[in-house]
Amino acid sequence: MEIKVVKQIMGWNEDCSNEIKKELDEKKVFMINIMGSPGAGKTSVIVELIKELSKDYKVAVIEGDITGQIDAEKISQMGIPVVQLNTDGACHIEAMSIKNILNYFNLNDIDVLLIENIGNLVCPAEFNLGEDLKVAILSIPEGDDKVQKYPLMFSVANVLLLNKFDMRDYFEFDEEKVIKYAKGLNPELEVYRFSSRKEYDNKEFFNSIKEKIKNKLTR
Amino acid sequence: MHELAITEGIIKIASEVAEKNKAKKVLNIKIKCGDFSGVVPSLIQEYFDIVSKGTIVEGAKLIIDRVPIRIYCFECQSESEIQRSQICCPKCGAYKYKMISGKEFFVESLEVE
Repeated sequence: MEIKVVKQIMGWNEDCSNEIKKELDEKKVFMINIMGSPGAGKTSVIVELIKELSKDYKVAVIEGDITGQIDAEKISQMGIPVVQLNTDGACHIEAMSIKNILNYFNLNDIDVLLIENIGNLVCPAEFNLGEDLKVAILSIPEGDDKVQKYPLMFSVANVLLLNKFDMRDYFEFDEEKVIKYAKGLNPELEVYRFSSRKEYDNKEFFNSIKEKIKNKLTR
Repeated sequence: MHELAITEGIIKIASEVAEKNKAKKVLNIKIKCGDFSGVVPSLIQEYFDIVSKGTIVEGAKLIIDRVPIRIYCFECQSESEIQRSQICCPKCGAYKYKMISGKEFFVESLEVE
């Protein structure tokens, strides 16, 4: 006997992700999922975001790592609430982990929640976490072929940050090619150049993020 | 890498359906899997055989039906099939298109006795 089923296999994650979204909508918290390879500069971008956003908003961080708490300590020193999420070997963060970890925060006292996902361009792209924004970081030294090699990541992201942009000339990074491919996969994608070096101006990216946060919090 | 979690998801869905329908045994599980979904089907069967031991779905064969990536090009207004690595319209070379199929990943049906 054949039984028709038609059930999404990733359904458990989607259901949980929707619950998180609902809770964060009620509590008016804007959540950003930050993804990228190991060494792409996720933590540095988060540090810069904290400096900028904490002028106007209460920021908190979920630090995803396979093991250890090096990054969480760094963020904690900035006086920001941070919870370390160790996946104990898993290559990505799932919505269920985020749901459990939200209990550690006082969501009434948070405006912006940043998630540092596991360093990986593959698996994190497949798991929605109930976030308002997915930021994919691609750093210049990784090379300009990454969009072609890891298309899913760049097709699900809302924002692509070309990080360490001050290094472009050393690596002959063809940003036009990257942008063309990425926008082909994802016409809505916003692309910004970024560097956490002092002399670099990241205003355009910060303004766009602040605009999105404002839209949600004042809605 | 996360095929194990996915396999557990498949076993959960199939077990629930089998129990609800009072099946004695599950012969096979048909799965639709889009080429863009990032899942490695060959790994899933291996995990499945291990994880399903002692459950109602033990011994079931996974029949994985791959769904090719199809796009609709806004530029030349035509449909084409593309490979995962190819990210422009094969007919006109444009990058403005939407994906019609290729992201599917679901349990379609069970064959039980």
